[in-house]
Amino acid sequence: MADVLSKVIVNPIACSGHGVCAELLPELITLDEWGYPVIAEGGAIPARLARTARRAVTDCPALALLLVPRGNSEEAQRPGGPRGGTLGT
Amino acid sequence: MSVVTPGRSASGHVAPPGQSGLPRLLPPLARASAGSAGTGRAAPPALDLLAHQRWHGMARFRGPALIEEAAAAGLTGRGGAAFPVARKLAAVAAAGPPAVVVGNAAEGEPASSKDAALVWLAPHLVLDGLQAAAEAVGARSAYLYVHARHDSRGGPDLAAHLRSALTSRRAAGTDHVGVELIEAPARFLAGEETAMVARINGGAARPGFKARRVFERGIGGRPTLVQNVETLAHLALIARHGAAWFRTVGTQDEPGSMLCTVHDPDGRIQIVETPIGTPLDRLLALGDDVQAVLVGGYHGAWLSPAAARQMSLSNADLRPAGAIVGAGVLVALSAAYCGLAETAHVARSLALESAGQCGPCFNGLPAIAAALAAVAQPRPAERELADLRRWAGLVAGRGACHHPDGTVRFVASALQVFATEIAEHGRGRCTATRRDQFLPLPAAPLTEFDWR
Repeated sequence: MADVLSKVIVNPIACSGHGVCAELLPELITLDEWGYPVIAEGGAIPARLARTARRAVTDCPALALLLVPRGNSEEAQRPGGPRGGTLGT
Repeated sequence: MSVVTPGRSASGHVAPPGQSGLPRLLPPLARASAGSAGTGRAAPPALDLLAHQRWHGMARFRGPALIEEAAAAGLTGRGGAAFPVARKLAAVAAAGPPAVVVGNAAEGEPASSKDAALVWLAPHLVLDGLQAAAEAVGARSAYLYVHARHDSRGGPDLAAHLRSALTSRRAAGTDHVGVELIEAPARFLAGEETAMVARINGGAARPGFKARRVFERGIGGRPTLVQNVETLAHLALIARHGAAWFRTVGTQDEPGSMLCTVHDPDGRIQIVETPIGTPLDRLLALGDDVQAVLVGGYHGAWLSPAAARQMSLSNADLRPAGAIVGAGVLVALSAAYCGLAETAHVARSLALESAGQCGPCFNGLPAIAAALAAVAQPRPAERELADLRRWAGLVAGRGACHHPDGTVRFVASALQVFATEIAEHGRGRCTATRRDQFLPLPAAPLTEFDWR
């Protein structure tokens, strides 16, 4: 459920730059010069955009837009940090 | 500080590991580093199992006691997050058996050879650490992930070396958990944690999207502990000598010692084991002929010599300058070379090393490399410089792995540290006197098909 505790993230491997998300959610998502989404404000979804955000997630042709719980402070503490491991660890 | 110089015997007395003396990880009579592996010199002898056991003695801490000891020691991984090893051990142990343990010896970073040196010179210390970690987390299987050869130019066969070490351990009955050797492809990103898991799971060694953490769901879908081989070797020594011993070197916040690959301005490469917190100018000759220092390898950052002289080898010192200790690559670049050309060569290689999966990476890195190639020429490149500054902010944090982040960190630091040279190029001049390339890059051409 998209609520004030959700944020949108992109699975960058699945994303193929269709740009549907930026059309539906221009307040939160813009496209870079190659057509790939750039998410503002860490993807935090304001309550007024909750419904649109859900729509953007379901309408992504690559199923690359995801809703996840927001601000999980524990995440940054996990092995490898917020986005997994780095080289040589 | 201990220096192991290729082709020369380690000098002087080496304190036994029961004291704080260094080297801890490399055997006392190591005559050379794996730096020699790449140059085709005869490989130095490793400690065999019996000599290893005589030198290091028996472990005192096992299982949960070892996790406690690792926590007290403050042992961390060498990634950007410097994650505490004990917390990872505890997390995998708590996830429940049967867990899997992996020793990561894939050293894709072309400027690093400390893991190859460690695996070559002290294979049994690494394998002891792997067994100790397996026991601590309740693992029933273990893997060692390693490049068959340290570099494509030849050198000792690390995989064969480890296979023979494993054979002698089987004969001696030292191991409780079977160890399978998996060869890593010769790619920069092959050792990235999710790439490694993908490879061991039978796929291509490309980074994955981190929906679940590897420690929750890794090899075969099981909780998986991944540690660099140097970290495992430290763990094996903590199991013998304890946390207090480990902390006799290093700083309060970053205890212990670490292996570094040190590139002197004259091109000499040494593997050094040094306490964390050692001043950089004791590790590198930072004379007037040095124009910049690269810390942390090709995902690391350039520092000016003046900044480097003020810093020690610690994240506390390096983080504010945008660098990290990382895998311990230190390069002093002579003023004879063009720092911009060096950075451009590496950026091109990093772009080629993209796994080609994420738009910001496979679009952004080639664009960055091309712009940097223009900046490396002695002619005005205002448009390219503006592009570079914009792209650096644009691609960071938007890949599945840290490849774009690390690449732009490296490139952005070059734009700062070589600002004077950028101005010279803008006036049509280059101050370099040498046109050959200093920073090492993979010798073999890369193809789309070598990710396995």
